[in-house]
Amino acid sequence: METKEHVPAMLEPIGQVLRRHPKVNLQLNRALAPFENSAKVLLFSCNMCGQCLLHENGYTCLMNCPKQVRNGPCGGVRMNGHCEVKPEMECIWLKAERRSRRFPGRYLFLRIHAPLDWRRKGSSAILNAVAGWPGNGKE
Amino acid sequence: MMPADPTRGRFERALRSGRPVVTCEIGSPDGADPADVRKRAKLVRDYVDAVNVPDNTGGVVHAAPLAACAILVQEGIDPILHMTCRDRNRMALQSDLLGAALLGIRNILCLTGDHMIHGDQPETKPVYDIDSVILLEVANHLTREGKYVSGREIDPPPDLFPGCAAEPFAPPYAYRPLRLKKKVEAGARFVQTQIVFNVERFAEYMGRVHDLGVDKQVPILAGVAPIRSVKAATFMRDEVPGMEVPDALVRRMAQAGDDKKKREAEGIAICVEIFEDLRKIPGIAGFHIMPINWESAVAKISREAHLQPALGSAKTSPDEGKAAVPQEPQPQAPSAPPASVPLNS
Ligand code: SF4
Repeated sequence: METKEHVPAMLEPIGQVLRRHPKVNLQLNRALAPFENSAKVLLFSCNMCGQCLLHENGYTCLMNCPKQVRNGPCGGVRMNGHCEVKPEMECIWLKAERRSRRFPGRYLFLRIHAPLDWRRKGSSAILNAVAGWPGNGKE
Repeated sequence: MMPADPTRGRFERALRSGRPVVTCEIGSPDGADPADVRKRAKLVRDYVDAVNVPDNTGGVVHAAPLAACAILVQEGIDPILHMTCRDRNRMALQSDLLGAALLGIRNILCLTGDHMIHGDQPETKPVYDIDSVILLEVANHLTREGKYVSGREIDPPPDLFPGCAAEPFAPPYAYRPLRLKKKVEAGARFVQTQIVFNVERFAEYMGRVHDLGVDKQVPILAGVAPIRSVKAATFMRDEVPGMEVPDALVRRMAQAGDDKKKREAEGIAICVEIFEDLRKIPGIAGFHIMPINWESAVAKISREAHLQPALGSAKTSPDEGKAAVPQEPQPQAPSAPPASVPLNS
């Protein structure tokens, strides 16, 4: 289950506002999402799923996986470590597994991740986390 | 609830019996003749405890495995239905899981699925809404909680027996056993591995799996396949991701020459040798034969590798299993998967 362990407790009041007022949430999202997402696209080839796991996997966007597995890697990784679908790309899970060792969030990498909530696609992952995703918007 | 059907649960019973279990795979037909499925089933039924039907392997379309499995049930065989996340979103998957239960199919091999890029219709839209780990959780959720993922009741709940695949031969080697553990935590009750050609690598993997204690939690069936020709061997080595065929094997197949009889005999000999090697590795609960459209080889392999005959999938005698299955307490019994499922919505 996704938890809010990485969200500071002092943001909880904001989370409450976001949950109670979907309209505020929407407006804020419209204002913030483009900045957050374009920064993440530039830095981490983010795919804007709105349910960010970057902090767990060494700042590697796993949604670059053509199968978009949240609990990978799939069984098709080539012997040279490249992706079964895109031979020119290193399997993103290999990269994440390697890089996650350098960051404290690694232990989260080892747990089972819930599937994507497609309603969150394109929205601001930070706001979603503060609002307490994945139940964002519904109490 | 369910009508008493001797086929139902035969696979699970075999796994609990403690003797080496044998399963095998038959291809789903490219044709609308049910006799095709029956013909393939007939070739293998006396040598195995359960029969797998793959779900459009390699991204190439065949008849729906659900239908083929339903025919196997009619034939008195306990089928293992492959279910991939490639073509169906979570709604369709739940619907198919329940549909399988309606048809008397309870063993589900949960897979992420080969990408269509390698198939004959690479322009298809991939789905991959969830992955194999989540599919395991979903299958478990339906069974244990008697509810859909949404929380809506299912009455009566299906009695599914989900399993998973293991891939020891693809990087990252160090992470693979951990991922298998994840799958077991998600509720896999049995494991079938990728085809083993590189026994050393497999032994190493099983060592790690053993250290994690996974082989005690679930029975692991090692994948074995006969090679039919050099062409098949090189194809598997070069074209099939996640499969490792040592060059020595390819050379051996090349030496066997072009004569059909000779090369097939050599292929089966290699396969039997791999069986011998696998028997020395601790933690293996049985074997999964993948003849890849060469179903007639299963009988030969079974004889030459001295596999114990199955519980008698064909003859559904009333005293089935009584003689063959010692009712001793089973330390390798599949562990109870977690009841709660971390699924949102
Ligand atoms: S090889 Fe890696 S990146 Fe490619 S589909 Fe599989 S898990 Fe995803």
